[in-house]
Order: sequence, then structure tokens, then C-alpha cells
Amino acid sequence: MAQIQVEKQLPPRKSSLSQKTKNAINGYLYISPFFLLFAVFGLFPILFSFYLGFQKWNGLGEMEYVGFQNFKLILEDPLFWKALGNTMIMWVLGTLPQLLIGIILAYALNSALIKLKSFFRISVFMPYVTSTVAVAIVFGIMFNSQEFGLFNAILGNFGIDPVSWSTSEWGVKMAISTMVFWRWVGYNTIIYLAGLQAIPNELYEAAVIDGATTRQKIQYITIPMLRPIIIFTVFTSTIGALQLFTEPLIFIGRTYRQEGITVVLYLYREAFANQAFGPASATAIILFLIIIVISSINVLVANRIAR
Amino acid sequence: MSKTNRKVQLTISKTFVYALLAIASFLAIFPFYWMFVMATNNNSAINKVPPAIIPGAELVTNFSNVINTIDFFGAIWNSVIVATLATLGVLFLCSLAGFAFAKLDFKGKNILFVAILVTMMIPPQLGLIPQYIIITKLGWLNDLKAIIVPGLIDAFGIFWMRQYISSNVPDELVDAARIDGCSTFRVYWNITVPIIIPAFATLAIIKFMYIWNDFLWPLVVLRDQASFTIQVALRGLIDNYVRDNGMILSGTFWATVPLIIVFLLLNKLFISSLTEGAVKS
Repeated sequence: MAQIQVEKQLPPRKSSLSQKTKNAINGYLYISPFFLLFAVFGLFPILFSFYLGFQKWNGLGEMEYVGFQNFKLILEDPLFWKALGNTMIMWVLGTLPQLLIGIILAYALNSALIKLKSFFRISVFMPYVTSTVAVAIVFGIMFNSQEFGLFNAILGNFGIDPVSWSTSEWGVKMAISTMVFWRWVGYNTIIYLAGLQAIPNELYEAAVIDGATTRQKIQYITIPMLRPIIIFTVFTSTIGALQLFTEPLIFIGRTYRQEGITVVLYLYREAFANQAFGPASATAIILFLIIIVISSINVLVANRIAR
Repeated sequence: MSKTNRKVQLTISKTFVYALLAIASFLAIFPFYWMFVMATNNNSAINKVPPAIIPGAELVTNFSNVINTIDFFGAIWNSVIVATLATLGVLFLCSLAGFAFAKLDFKGKNILFVAILVTMMIPPQLGLIPQYIIITKLGWLNDLKAIIVPGLIDAFGIFWMRQYISSNVPDELVDAARIDGCSTFRVYWNITVPIIIPAFATLAIIKFMYIWNDFLWPLVVLRDQASFTIQVALRGLIDNYVRDNGMILSGTFWATVPLIIVFLLLNKLFISSLTEGAVKS
């Protein structure tokens, strides 16, 4: 207010000064919706999670401060460690093949003289447009433990006995990892393809003149040039894998079977099946710390390799 | 190396590449076909050895069973509403904020922009339980607002719009409009918006798909059948004691088809939006 009055007293400078102030006011105004919404639905919930982690609360009655009791409860629960172990195993099973095969497919798609290129591109990408719920339902039925389940029927052709996919230790993990793999491999393929297309052709031509073999070209040109994109995909698929939820929930259902429970599913069960909001918040905090640690390792390793 | 030798080698590697891509495409497409096969067969054809692999005649029966089990069209409609409104809101708010960050000067601009980027690193589960409590306190449980309003927060969208506006809307144009007496909002609305249509298309696809496919959050805040989005409703199909796989996959198939058709029509735009957007961030 005071500022505006001052401007009025100094007519010659009015327009430039007020334009600048107006810009600033508009600037704050235009970015304010994000910060207001984030304060209510983002920042406050996060801070409140840290508070809830130290309380005993069922969502209705009084809260009671319990110190580190919730963390102790979680860290002494064998099911939490089982969930963490499952998450790690499915991270490796789902992510590693996905990235390797993604690179191979991208390399194939990028080779010259390939016809039907756009057909192949569209078809490998199609799974990504499908919702995770749909993928989990479809593969859940394919991985039916009876002998008529699609995968068991195929195995049966080779004389292999039906696998109880939904109840065995490795069956559950294989099934869930397959769902993750199927939905994401094409997505990563296209990302790698974009990276490959950005590599200048002259590099390969020079290598051919120097007598390089295909393997040498891949080893000394393709992989180093793709490195930033590989790091990016490892990073995003790792974070995605640590948050695995939909596939196991749909596949193993409300039983929360210990062969397939993941950290986020454990959190969901604590909060919305057991009404234990304190331990559930403690789980969320632990998951957050795990993600920070793994991301930092990722960044460190990436920096080391980049040199 | 002789010339013919090289030629043979080239043909072999070419055959290998085609075989590899053909297998990959088959494995990517097959589940869609199989979904359709199951959606058109009855349980006895599905539950026999070997299982059916060609379409049957139960298309209508299975789908009417779906309609009798869940409110299929109601859930699709809810998903359309939620995804459309959240997307439109995000397009407006993010382009406005992106415009401010790209073309307006104000104190603390850089720190605020970095703060927005930092929020992208936080895993969404961290605030899940308090978010649920807030929604309950607001009385938004079973209300589509519970999805739409928090869905308006999109740090990536602001980042994306800022980058696009910085590199595609020239400062000279903004200054010229200013000299002609345009207000700041008109510089945004009449000058900037028409230039950034491609950025809108990209962000719209990313956002719409994200909201349409989201599951955990709707599952937490939508408890009542009438408010279900299609993803939550689909879960209702498998929650029965008697599992009718033909019915389950009929619902899943018809819920998947709309987005696949849009994808096939706009495949170039979809693929570039969903991958380039990711890589650039």
C-alpha cells in the first residue's frame, strides 16, 4: 500500500516502477496455487507423518506419544523384513531383465534397413498404455496355479508339473516380476532407442574404417554414449520397484500372503486393515529413508562411472 | 573377408534382428489377444486343458455379467471426469506458473523453482496416511474432489512448461506486447498460450494417463461403489468368491480398449510425450 502511494507522488518514474512491481505481484500470484495446494496436500501430510510415527493412534480416539515404540515394533516384525526382502528380490527380478532386454531391443530397432519399424515400436510400447491393475488381473489369471492356467498349460506341453504360482515362494515373485517386466520393457526400449538415435553416425563410420567389429562398436561407442540414459532408467525403475504395490495386491489379494507382500503393501495393511496409523507412518518413514539411501548409492555409483 | 561372405553374414544378422523383434512384438500383443479370447469364452472352455486360444461366442454374456457385478459405465464415467478435470486444471496452473518462472521477475524466483523440483523427489507414500485423514476431515471421502484437487499439484508440469516457454516464447515478443499495452495476464493468455500448444499436448497425455491408471490413492479415498474409478471397480471383479474368469477379463478388456484406441490413433504423440518428457526431467 505504502509503496503504491509513493509511486503516485513520483509521476515520472511511475510506469517503470509499477510495471516491475506488477510483474512481481503477478509472478507470486501465478505460482501460488502450487504452493497453497502443496502446503495442504503435500507438505503438511509429510510433516504429520513424521509426527504420527511417534504416536499410537487408531484414527479415531486420542493420540498417545510412544517414542520409538512404533519403529521398534516394525523392525522386530519378521513380516516387515520379509516384505523388504521380497521387494528387493522383485526389484532385481523385474528390473534387471527389463533393462538388458530393453537395450537389446532398442539396438535391433535402431539397426538400418529395418522395415515395419513403426509397427514394432507401437507394439512394444502398447503394454505401457495398459493400466497396472489390468496387467495384474490378466497375468494373475495366466499364472493360475491350476493345470489349465496358461503358463502351467505351456509348461505341461514340456511335461513339467503345474507350478503353484500364487502360493509358492518363488512362483509369486516370478509372476509379479513378469507383470512389471511386461509393462515396462517397451517403455525402456523406446527411451534407449531415443538415446541410440542421438549418437552421431560418424562415430560408427570412423570405427568401421578402423576395422572395429560389431562387438567393439557396442562396447566402445554405444554403451558409453548411452550411459546417462542407462543411469536414468536404473534410477527410475529402482524407485518404482521400491514402491511396488498394485501387482502384489491384485495377485495375492486381501490375504497379504508373506510370499508376495511388499513394503508398500505392508504399509497399506498396517494403516487400512489394522487401523494402526502409528506403525504405518513409521513404515512410511523407513521406506523414505531406504529410498534416500538407495538413491544416494545410485548417484554415487553413477558419478564414479561417469568419470 | 570376401564379398559373398559378408553378404551372408549380413542376411543372417538381419534375419536374427527380425526374428527378435517379431518375438518381442508377439509377446507384447499376445496378452491383449488372450484377454479378448477369454472375454468371449465361458468358464468351462477357459478351465479345461488345453485352455481355449480362439475367440468364443460369449462376448455379450460375459459383458452383461460384468455390468451385473460392477457399475462399469459409472466407473468409466468417473474416471473420465476425474482425469479430464485434473488434466485441464494442471494445464492451466502449470502453464501459468511456468510462464511466471520463465518470463516474470520476482524475488526468490530461483529458490522457489528449486523447491518445486525438490518436491518431485519425495515418494508419494510418505504422506499417504495424513492425506487420507485430511480428505476425511474435509468430508471428501467417496467424493471425486479427493482425486481431482490433490491431482492439481504437478511439479513436473511446472518444470516442463517453464523449459518450453523459456526456449519457445521470445522475450522480444513479450516486450512488444507489453509496449502495445497488454496486461501480464494477456501476455500469458493471448501471446504465450497459442505458442505452447505442443507442450500442452505432451503434458495432457502424461497427466491423463497417470490419473486414469492410478490405483493406490483412489483405493484409499473412494470406498463407495458409486464413486469408484474404473481401476478400483475392476478390483471388485476379482474380489468375488466364485471366480468367473471370462467375466473378469471381459471387464478388464473393455476397460483397456478405449485408451489403446486413442494410443493407436495418436501413437507418435503418445510415445514421444511419455518418453521425452521423462528423459528431459
